Parts: sequence; structure tokens; C-alpha cells
Amino acid sequence: LCPLQVVWSMLGNRQFCSYKMTTKTQNFCRNEYNLTGLCNRSSCPLANSQYATVREEKAPPRRPCFVLLCHPALPLSLQVLLSKNYEKALEEIDENLIYWPRFIRHKCKQRFTKITQYLIRIRKLTLKRQRKLVPLRRKIERRENRREEKALIAAQLDNAIEKELLERLKQDTYGDIYNFPIHAFDKALQQQDAESESESDAEREEDEDDDEDVDKREFVEAEDSELSDFEDMDKLETSSEEEQEEEEEVEKKASHSKSKGKTPLKGPARRKRPHIEIEYEEETEPSTKTKTA
Amino acid sequence: AGEGSGPGPGDGAGPPAPERVLFPPTFSVSEIKNKQRRHFMFLRWKQQQRKEKLALKKKRKKEREALGDKAPPKAVPKTIENQRVYDETTVDPNDEEVAFDEATDEFAPYFNRQTVPKILITTSDRPRGRTVRFCEQLATVIPNSHVFYRRGLALKRIIPQCIARDFTDLIVINEDRKIPNGLVLSHLPDGPTAHFRMSSVRLRKEIKRKGKEPTEHVPEVILNNFTTRLGHSIGRMFAALFPHDPQFIGRQVATFHNQRDYIFFRFHRYIFKSEKKVGIQELGPRFTLKLRSLQKGTFDSKFGEYEWIHKRREMDTSRRKFHL
Repeated sequence: LCPLQVVWSMLGNRQFCSYKMTTKTQNFCRNEYNLTGLCNRSSCPLANSQYATVREEKAPPRRPCFVLLCHPALPLSLQVLLSKNYEKALEEIDENLIYWPRFIRHKCKQRFTKITQYLIRIRKLTLKRQRKLVPLRRKIERRENRREEKALIAAQLDNAIEKELLERLKQDTYGDIYNFPIHAFDKALQQQDAESESESDAEREEDEDDDEDVDKREFVEAEDSELSDFEDMDKLETSSEEEQEEEEEVEKKASHSKSKGKTPLKGPARRKRPHIEIEYEEETEPSTKTKTA
Repeated sequence: AGEGSGPGPGDGAGPPAPERVLFPPTFSVSEIKNKQRRHFMFLRWKQQQRKEKLALKKKRKKEREALGDKAPPKAVPKTIENQRVYDETTVDPNDEEVAFDEATDEFAPYFNRQTVPKILITTSDRPRGRTVRFCEQLATVIPNSHVFYRRGLALKRIIPQCIARDFTDLIVINEDRKIPNGLVLSHLPDGPTAHFRMSSVRLRKEIKRKGKEPTEHVPEVILNNFTTRLGHSIGRMFAALFPHDPQFIGRQVATFHNQRDYIFFRFHRYIFKSEKKVGIQELGPRFTLKLRSLQKGTFDSKFGEYEWIHKRREMDTSRRKFHL
């Protein structure tokens, strides 16, 4: 028997070949000189005396080069760098393997084509944007989520926003849109000319007296809250009257939007109540007035 | 009258009334071998601890009331914000150097009202439904913004085109597994680029008790708690997204609130019920951001000059240290 045939019958078919990888459908050969990648009698580099492959250079300017193996076991092998031109390289393969079996020639050319094509694709992809996958670290993700929750609780966003808006109102950034008598109230405090400084409207006088009441009674909490509630109702009522008189679009828009809103705020919901309770308030108001006087 | 109720065999299934029980000081719950019994003892021990704590509180309160005016002031509880490590770059409102820097940085044209913000919102490749809807909602919140789909275009090529068409800002929303999780905010004519990690994104329909759609009015902007130099520049970046003159008629406000390096974005409609009370109603999407890096020029991940990157090992060492 020809020794290579022996080799094949040992390695390829029956016994162990370390380059052989089996899968359900096929056997692959991991040998770097293998031409097709499959484990066959004709493509096993160990079991063929004449063998040739095309493979790419390991070094960075990866170009396909052509390897001739006289005998696979011997380290002697001829390496030929193929030309850069595709057609010329094919011709070179033909020249070098001129009297070789058709199978090897054909497979060499096929392999050469495949290599050139994937090298082209590599070069094109590196020029495009490359998406970098950054792995998430689970512990850190969990830590950050937890800290975010705690920060959210500590932030008390609604309160902060409300405070900021009220401050802006105080600092007069909204100008004349909102007609709360707070500025007149402040002036009254500072200059102690309550009656002369207040506006002439009778409605506003009532509000001012209420403000003064609140101010004097700040240390008594229970009464203060009641007063402030009534105050709000009052102001809502008076403000609505004012706006109706002055025909401000803002409040009308607000009332329209609130009436159409699906989930009404506490504010507009309260609006429905004063219509009933105001009569009650007006009875008690003269009593508070007498107290301050 | 305290009974020593140790792990004695006398205590069968029926436990004695808790008030009569006192644990001897040498007793430790962990020495009981039986798990059920151990658990039971532990619960009882916990109850007792809580009672003691309550009793202590009551005693203290009584003492305070007894002293009346002479009582020592209430102790201020320690919070993380109280204990925050002092940052040297905290901005002092009267600092001249900061004022000078701000007058000459990239946002000066905006703050001098020379430019009107025009925003381009886009996503990473192939956005899924949630991201797309989020982009649309964001576009309604930020006036003068446009959403464009990125069909595989490179950011470096988009940016010169944007500049040519007079866009002032570029927002890229990065998506992963069908949810938006990152935001790149780039101020266009050569401005800084900030990269954020975005979390807890809620679309409009997921917000409870929300109001109607935001209108076309220009909203106000609230920037809270941006104290350091870095925070200041990020705050200015956010402010530069919105036109300078808010329309108060619309009564809409967009808030960027920084708390412990997390920036919470909310969009509300407010109504003043009185001079001391305001009601707010949340509309619009909400999300939180955490700054990952700030880059000097426009988006260039390889060759850009980074002003600040979050380095986990160096910056996350202390729980009380924040950078924004």
C-alpha cells in the first residue's frame, strides 16, 4: 500500500486526527494548510503528496499568497506572493500548478477569490462607523438604579418646582398677568399706610384686611389655617370676578382647559365648592373684622 | 416586673404577653438552633426594640416640652446633601471669573439673543417603536425642533450639514433593546457635546394624572441645583435648547432638576391659585439623565478633547461626593 494511503486510512477514516472536527452533517479539517476546510481524502494535507493552498499572510498587509507543499510533513514549502491584480493572480496560480490535478487548481482559485473578497469587505467596514459594544456591569447598573430612586425621593420635585414658580411670581417675572394683590400687601406692611395704599376696589379691601389678620395671627395655627382657606376661596371668587370684569383671556383659557380636562386638579375641583360655601363665609367675616378692630 | 424569657423549654406554642417579657442581656437570638423558634424570637426582639425607641422618643418630647423656651434647638438630621463633600469648583454667584467665562463661551450668542435655537432630534440606527414615540413627544416639548430618521448616516457627516442648515443643537437618542438609554446633546456651531445615560423614560401615556398635550407655547425653563462649574455649563446647555422668551400665557414649564448627579426632566403646566399656592399638572415625557462625559468640540469620540469623563474608580469612591 502506498504510505499516504495508509496515512489516510488511519487518520481520516478510522483513528484519531487532531485536526479533524466532526459535526452532525460534516467533518471539518482545522489544518491551516487545508484547501477546502473539509476532511476529505483529496483535501487532507497530511495524506497527499502533492498539495497546494492559497492563504492570506499573517502579517498586517494581508494579501493572499500561494503555498506549495512538496510534502506536508516536511517544513519545506514554497510560498509565492500572488500579484495584486485579480486576473493576473489567477493566471499565476495556473502557471504554478500547470500540470497539477484539476481539483487542486480549481479549489485554489476558489479560495483565492474568497480571500480577496473578504479582505475587501474588511477594509470597507473599517472605514465605516464601527459600533462599539460596551458591556453593562450588572452590579453597577443596580447601584445606579438604586441611587436614582433615592435621589428622586430626596429631590421632592413637585415641591421644588412649586417653590421656584412662587419665587418667580414674587420677583415679578410674570409682570401683569397675575393680579394677586401681594405687591400692594408688601407695600402696606413696609410703609404702614394700609388704607391709602390699597386699591380703591371694595373687593380688594376685604382681601387686605384678611391679609392683615393672617399676619397678626401667625402664631395661632388653627385659626390661621381656617382664615387662609377662606382667604383662598375669597380670592378665587374675587379673582374670578375681577377677571370677568377685566376680560382677561388667561383665566378664561384656564377655566376652559380645566373643564375639558379628563382628570381635574384639586384647584378647579375646589372651584365648584365656593359657590356653595361663600354664603357661609360672609356670615363669619364681620366677626373677624370686629376682632381686629 | 420582668420575666426572663430565655430560650427556655417552658415557652411552648403559646407565647406570653409581650409586655411582660424582657430579654436578658446575655441573650442572643442567633444562638437558637431551631429556625422557627429563632425567627419568632427575633420578631419579638424587634418589637421590643421598637417599643424602647418609641418610649425614648416620647420621653425626649416630654423633656422638650417641659423645658419650653429653654429647650435646645432641634437637631438637624444628617442628609447626603448636608454631608456633601465640598467641591472646589462650586460656583459663587458673584464670581467674576465665572461671569467672564460665561460671557465668552459658546453659549454667549444664545444668551445675547443673537441666535434662535433650532434643534435636530435623531436616534441611533433602526429605532424601535418606543424610541420613535419618545422622539416625537420630545419634539413637541422643545419648540422649534425637528425629528429626522438616521438611516445609517455617520454623525460626522450629519454635523456639517446641520451647521449649514442653521441648526443650533443636535440631540441623538441612543437605543438598546427597544428602549432609549442614552442621549448625546451637541451644541452645533462648534459647541460642547455632552453624553448622558438616560433612564426611567416615561412616555406621555404612562404618566398618571397627566394633562392634555403640550401646546405650541414656548415653555419656561427651571434649572435647579447646578452648583459646580461643570454643572453650570451643563445647565447652560439645557437652557440653550429653549428659546429665550417664554410665553407665560402658555403656563408651561420644563424643569431640569439636579439631585446627586442625576438630572430629572419634567414638563408641567402650572396654575396659580393664589399668591402662595400653585398647582402643577404633569404633561409630557419624563426622563432622568446622568452625565457620562463632556467633550469640548462637536461629536468626535476618537480624537475629541474631553473636558470631563466619568471615571468610575476615581469618582465613585465616596457616597457624598457629587460632580454636578
